[in-house]
Amino acid sequence: MPDESQAATPKLPTEFDRRAFFTRVGLRSLGIAAAGTIVFTYEFLSPNVLFEPSPIVNLGKPDSFAVNSVTMDVNTAIYLVRAEEGFFALSEVCTHLGCLTAWNQDLGIIVCPCHGSKFTRTGEKIEGPAPKPLPWLKTWVSDDGDLLVDRSANIPPLQYLRI
Amino acid sequence: MKIPMNAEQTIEKVRGSRIWRSVFRSGTGNSTLHRALAIQQNIFLHLFATKVRKRMVRFSATWYLGTLTLGTFLILVITGILLMLYYHPSVPQAYADMKDLQFVVSSGLFLRNLHRWSAQLMVFLVFAHMFKVFYRGAYRTPREFNWVVGIVLLLITLLLSYTGYLLPWDQLAFWAITVGSNLSSAVPLVGNKIHFLLLGGNQVNANALLRFYVLHCVVLPIMAVLFIAVHFWRIRKDGGLYVQQSEPKAQAPSDSIEPAQEVK
Repeated sequence: MPDESQAATPKLPTEFDRRAFFTRVGLRSLGIAAAGTIVFTYEFLSPNVLFEPSPIVNLGKPDSFAVNSVTMDVNTAIYLVRAEEGFFALSEVCTHLGCLTAWNQDLGIIVCPCHGSKFTRTGEKIEGPAPKPLPWLKTWVSDDGDLLVDRSANIPPLQYLRI
Repeated sequence: MKIPMNAEQTIEKVRGSRIWRSVFRSGTGNSTLHRALAIQQNIFLHLFATKVRKRMVRFSATWYLGTLTLGTFLILVITGILLMLYYHPSVPQAYADMKDLQFVVSSGLFLRNLHRWSAQLMVFLVFAHMFKVFYRGAYRTPREFNWVVGIVLLLITLLLSYTGYLLPWDQLAFWAITVGSNLSSAVPLVGNKIHFLLLGGNQVNANALLRFYVLHCVVLPIMAVLFIAVHFWRIRKDGGLYVQQSEPKAQAPSDSIEPAQEVK
């Protein structure tokens, strides 16, 4: 039969037959859809609004802190230090795995209870697994004369706030 | 007139009834064929082989560690579903619900402790199972893929254990998850993003509790069931449970059901 003989003729080495075209279109559509799904999922899983406490904390009047004192506040996770050079705020969160460190008045150092990292009053590491010093936090005085600390903004160390 | 039947005849009558046969199509009878069909035509049992060697199912071969792991998993699923009926994954209620389960709910203390201890036991059994497989050399060809499936199941088990750790919402839970989730921040480049997505925020809070709850109660158990099914099915596909070929045959003369297949 003529149909059969036609079917038996060897295929021409065309670059692009219909099947290859649809395969390519199908695979690329799937690829685009997969990429879109990943972006969509990532966007969905990232909350746009967080009900977390504000990173900016009001610590009150600077005069309430004695010279050469370290004030530890576990609720805000901040050390407010008044040194002779001036004020500075230090994060209490250990740079190792996020535990809350504690100020040891007798030894004059900061100690992490979880894995034993120790820091000086200025946040430098003395020993332990912590990879970085405790960060200094942005500190300034508001128009009302209150000390404000931004827990989300780190500043280079040894930038004392002089009042 | 009815002749009183004994228990065996009653069972045979039930098994021969039309309703029973519509469910179990393999039919009555104790022939090898019938027994093979009973396994092969059951959606759950067909994952397993229709025939096994006695040596494979002997206690000394596996210490039944895989089966025991499955047992703890089933206990965890059942007790977990029951605990879900009294537990709200929200910040004001989670801790109080956990305490209510301990002191107010009838049998709550028993179910919570059963869930907790089974979880500890499952982690132990998974490790013991893997050590047994490793030291017998049962991970070797053609079973290397099933070993990899087993590794995935180990990771799922550890993630189930980890996500469940937050749910009591006490100090231990909070700080354990704070420390544990900070590990993910150590991943280069995307570490902080992973940490943010895992907790649904920057700190362990309401979003983190809900995310861990969904992972613990829905996502991870479904993954576990799927991989367990593949794991069991691959045992059959890879030639059944591993039997050491070097074991002298003389030790177990009447051991093999299919002696013709025994490799020297």
